Amino acid sequence: MSGERPVGTRRARAGDRLLHLYTWLIIIWLSSPIAVMIMFGFNDKQSKSNTTWQGFTLRWYAELFELSDLTTALLNSLVIALVSTALTVVVGTMLGLALGRHRFRGKSVTNFLIFAAISTPELVMGASLLSLFVSGNVPRGAVTIVVAHVLFSLSFVVVTVRARIVTLDPSLEEAARDLGATAWGTFRQVTLPAIMPGVLAGGMLAFALSIDDYVVTSFVNGSTVTFPLWIVGAVKTGVPAQVNVMGTLIFGVGVLIAVGNAVAARRRA
Amino acid sequence: MTGLSAIELEDVVKEYHSHGEVVQAVRGVTLGIEEGEFFSLLGPSGCGKTTTMRMIAGFEAPTKGVVRLHGQDVTGVPPNKRDINMVFQSYALFPHLSVWDNVAFGLRQRRTPKEEIDRRVGEMLEIVDLAERGRRMPRQLSGGQQQRVALARALVNRPRALLLDEPLGALDLKLRQAMQIELKRIQREVGITFVYVTHDQGEALTMSDRIAVMNDGVVEQLAGPREIYERPASAFVAGFIGTSNLLSGSATGGELAIGGGRVLVPGHDGDVTVTVRPEKITIGTDEPARDCSAVRGTVAEVVYLGTYNSYAVSLADGAEITVFQQNVHDATATAERGDSVWLSWRAQHSYVIGS
Ligand SMILES: Nc1ncnc2c1ncn2[C@@H]1O[C@H](COP(=O)(O)OP(=O)(O)OP(=O)(O)O)[C@@H](O)[C@H]1O
Ligand SMILES: [Mg+2]
Repeated sequence: MSGERPVGTRRARAGDRLLHLYTWLIIIWLSSPIAVMIMFGFNDKQSKSNTTWQGFTLRWYAELFELSDLTTALLNSLVIALVSTALTVVVGTMLGLALGRHRFRGKSVTNFLIFAAISTPELVMGASLLSLFVSGNVPRGAVTIVVAHVLFSLSFVVVTVRARIVTLDPSLEEAARDLGATAWGTFRQVTLPAIMPGVLAGGMLAFALSIDDYVVTSFVNGSTVTFPLWIVGAVKTGVPAQVNVMGTLIFGVGVLIAVGNAVAARRRA
Repeated sequence: MTGLSAIELEDVVKEYHSHGEVVQAVRGVTLGIEEGEFFSLLGPSGCGKTTTMRMIAGFEAPTKGVVRLHGQDVTGVPPNKRDINMVFQSYALFPHLSVWDNVAFGLRQRRTPKEEIDRRVGEMLEIVDLAERGRRMPRQLSGGQQQRVALARALVNRPRALLLDEPLGALDLKLRQAMQIELKRIQREVGITFVYVTHDQGEALTMSDRIAVMNDGVVEQLAGPREIYERPASAFVAGFIGTSNLLSGSATGGELAIGGGRVLVPGHDGDVTVTVRPEKITIGTDEPARDCSAVRGTVAEVVYLGTYNSYAVSLADGAEITVFQQNVHDATATAERGDSVWLSWRAQHSYVIGS
């Protein structure tokens, strides 16, 4: 195109460039910690600390499970995340359905509590859970961690499921009943497929919240050590590069799930 | 009523409680629907048609009264245990299932053998002319096609009765008319009872064997289309079905003196309300014969409507009468605005409401 262009177009071009620049800056800003984490998993470090680049190695991948307490902590975190996610999804879906569909005594109180659980600061939640467990004489450990994680991630599942259910045409469920489906059959064949995106989104959020929670977990863990707790404990003496590798792998799985989800969504559309 | 009714409602009442108020959606409906009949529930919006149908389907329990299906009291029987199916106004097709799976849904709930499902679903898609569309998803279909899937999904179960709640409401006029014919054909083909909800009187008149005209939660008249049109049981029915002129007054000696003329009501005395259809009335300038009903008036409005003219004629006492006159002779109107005219009709064309 020639150099003669209206002022408006030129200004629009400049605006476009600025937008591109801005977008890239945001992307770099968001991904730089991840890039650094991945990179330092390949750092051939000699000292305890892992903060300066000293050359490329695959050693940490080979020795991934050499540090047994770290491995235990990671396994603890994975098990706790899986169990609390499963519980959260089941309880949260039922609550979301009840809140989205039915009228019952205490509904508005429940709605308020759901909101309150999202907005409560983690420190407050952790401290009050601890005093609850102490005063109830509940031994702290994996079980109390699971209870705590279900508590803070429940609301997210409830909110995503409720959002799906209120947009679901109730006559779909009536049609299923009319065609001979039992109450359970209707739920399984009609309601569940309709709310599934909400259930999955809530479940993924619950898993993500659980696997890297530090604050609440640190109050109620007793002697059980999770992945984030172990890392924070190791900061003083220097974080081993295996942590970066594990972080990279967890991130990789997350990316795979996100990509799979996007592909499935595109195929559905 | 002869024989066993397919569907029977006995003094059925339905009350809803909303915000501390009691709404009577249905206030005492009694009716019997015969096996194999095309039966319509017709009435204005909010008169309780859907509520009545939902009680038959089992989605709502009557507050009072009894619903019987094929002679059996079905109080407390859930919808999935009733041998009837429903076509929803919104179609309610399962969005995550293909056309084929939608239609197969009911048979699968009954654990029908696979070969039989395949055969019956295939046949049914053939009947509704969607044999090539089995693998489509519902949202990839047009409104009319979705409508036919909904119909197939219900009919494939061979219910003893099919309930249709304004099934053509969302379609445009052309498609509506095509589907009316289609529905009638399918009903004849499968030979089961159809209960059809509509607020479109034309639709009800053309399709039904019998019609229950509902108003404000009660059935005002239950009869065949011709009877309902010719002999409306109430002023409401007369006004709701087509256009109709209502004349009231006190009759003496079988005559109602009105608008400088008389309306013949043989055998009636005292206060009466008479209805006359606009197409039965002749408009003219000469005084009509003694054996006709005849009134005088002034033409207030002439509207050219293609195949006929519509006249609004004001009588001396202020009443207004609508007259339809076919454009058979020539394009010029019989009367002009402001003309003083005679309106006349045969005695048998005025019908005394409630007689
Ligand atoms: N769940 C409900 N709660 C409260 N009132 C209701 C409920 N369902 C229906 N009603 C009321 O009952 C009356 C009859 O409703 P219904 O849906 O049966 O009317 P309809 O004849 O089907 O009307 P339309 O032609 O508009 O569909 C209406 O006044 C409506 O507001
Ligand atoms: Mg309705």
